[in-house]
Amino acid sequence: MRREFLRTIAAAAMVAGAMSLAGGEATAQQKMKVGFIYVGPVGDFGWSYQHDEGRKAVVAKYGDRVETTFVESVSEGPDAERVIEQLARSGHKLIFTTSFGFMEPTLKVAQRFPNVWFEHATGFKRAPNLATYDARFYEGRYIIGQIAAKMSKGGTIGYIGSFPIPEVVAGINAFMLGAQSVRPDMKIKVVWVNSWYDPGKEADAAKALISQGADVLSQHTDSAAAMQVAQERGVLAFGQASDMIKFGPKAQLTSIIDDWAPYYVERVGLALEGKWATGAVWDGLDKGKVKMAPYTNMPDDVRAMAQATEAAIKAKTLHAFKCPIVKQDGATVECKGNGHLSDEQIASMNFYIKGIDEKIPN
Amino acid sequence: MDLATAIILTVVTASTPLLLAALGELVVERSGVLNLGVEGMMVMGAACGFAAAFTTGSPSVGILAAMAAGMAMAALFAGLVLGLVANQVACGLALTILGLGLSGLIGQGFVGQKLEPMAKIAIPLLSGIPVLGPVLFRQDPFVYTSFALVGFAAWFLSATRAGLILRAIGDNHASAHALGHDVLMVRFLAVLFGGACAGLAGGYLSLVYTPFWVTGMSAGRGWIALALVVFASWRPGRVLFGAYFFGAMSIGQLHLQALRGVLPDFLVLPGQFWSALPYAATIVVLVAISRARGRGGAAPAMLGTVFAPDR
Repeated sequence: MRREFLRTIAAAAMVAGAMSLAGGEATAQQKMKVGFIYVGPVGDFGWSYQHDEGRKAVVAKYGDRVETTFVESVSEGPDAERVIEQLARSGHKLIFTTSFGFMEPTLKVAQRFPNVWFEHATGFKRAPNLATYDARFYEGRYIIGQIAAKMSKGGTIGYIGSFPIPEVVAGINAFMLGAQSVRPDMKIKVVWVNSWYDPGKEADAAKALISQGADVLSQHTDSAAAMQVAQERGVLAFGQASDMIKFGPKAQLTSIIDDWAPYYVERVGLALEGKWATGAVWDGLDKGKVKMAPYTNMPDDVRAMAQATEAAIKAKTLHAFKCPIVKQDGATVECKGNGHLSDEQIASMNFYIKGIDEKIPN
Repeated sequence: MDLATAIILTVVTASTPLLLAALGELVVERSGVLNLGVEGMMVMGAACGFAAAFTTGSPSVGILAAMAAGMAMAALFAGLVLGLVANQVACGLALTILGLGLSGLIGQGFVGQKLEPMAKIAIPLLSGIPVLGPVLFRQDPFVYTSFALVGFAAWFLSATRAGLILRAIGDNHASAHALGHDVLMVRFLAVLFGGACAGLAGGYLSLVYTPFWVTGMSAGRGWIALALVVFASWRPGRVLFGAYFFGAMSIGQLHLQALRGVLPDFLVLPGQFWSALPYAATIVVLVAISRARGRGGAAPAMLGTVFAPDR
């Protein structure tokens, strides 16, 4: 029994070695190993949970042709490099690293393993065997901004922020641009909880915003705590990352859902055919990577407006950061894209737009 | 409900888990044992409490399960440090890591489920008092329990024979042993009590504070509870003060942020400052204690030292 076990291990090691030598094409007979590295636990019901749903979709689609591995709660930094290398060594052909902080470690390992394909989420460093991918969550935020402006009675929105990084700041701006498009005098209060993940604190922030007069809540943190508070206190709210309607049947207006499944299915499919190539993919509502949960708890005209905006963004006739964009201090931002801000400008956004009476903490 | 009442109510919810966990740890430390595994016991309490309440539909079963989970973890810790005379610091840290992992496993099937928030119990007449009424007398069972526990711990430690023995063991286990007291048994019971309190604190998180389960939802509150015991210089009354002080700070800063633009900028300090405050305050208190040494209130002398009876 024991000897057999050892033999299996030896065989596995040989297969693994052969695979990393085999390079380019994975044959159909052979199972292709696909690895995923998550920054949080799969049980967070937020970011990492959604990535793992994507992994499950890959398994469901390709069945016996793939074998997936995931490593959860990998801290960003040197430890990540060890974990990524471990996956590369053990015969994984395609490895997804799903947090911004995995950028440098992924790049280093990618240079050492030229025959393994890597994909890094939300980063900007690429190589012949390292692609990047991201989702345009801000598109969804523009839509919910419009809904919020229609639904708020008092005219003040409460926004729970995680960390003041460009992605979150761009989200707040997109939200307010949407809100201002229907109601120019809309006010926003932002409370930072300095955590992606502290349900208690998120709930406290939601309560603070409500008692200070906000009647619609939006969040850029991961848990359903704020939604639950909104339900309890009888105000409206938007969900984040996954559909949170169960936590706020009378509160949720919609939710911006991350759906990585179509992307992972597509990329693994390309890898199986040996047609994988590097690149940078940043898409959103159009490709279904960002989805809106059903529009609920709102009158028909607001729903129709939201659906029209969603359709216009999908058809690329509407861009959240359409020029001119005016900063808080009144200065107009240089328009580097085609009639809208360039992707680079959006990805590195560090200012608030006019109409936000707040300061970005540093 | 006016703004002041609303704020104070949130402070109560933020402070209660800290108070519960810190009270338990205070009794443990007064017996001379340092259990750094509060976070692990707490998160296990949260997972098991939610799982039990969700499966059975009864919040009471959830509360009991949360306490049982905390006690089971504490028993494991006690087995290692009391039975096998292992290093307390290392075992406590290991207990935290174990708890965070194991709770994720237990809670796996419950991610994305929710419970109805536990009903508040209004005490007739008293709950009608303005401001104080809703804050103190219309609360969930956890809050009442936390207040009762402060009184119990203070009375037990200062006014009972058993409490005196426990403190004696914490200050000099060799002498207590020579006098014929069962050092290990007393410490075992103290550790179990600490586990039950930490489990209860965890149960509060997943049953009342935010009635759902997600992995790692204790989010460092166990560590704050540990700091709180030092901050309170091992006195139950001061734990009550400290828990509400830390709770008020964390809620106050959220309200200050929402007033950004209205208030002068210098009042709105960065969030990181407030997150660090409990620990910074603890260090200040530690310094103050060591300067005032000799006037009592300092750490139990045997804190963290192992005891192996020679016969």
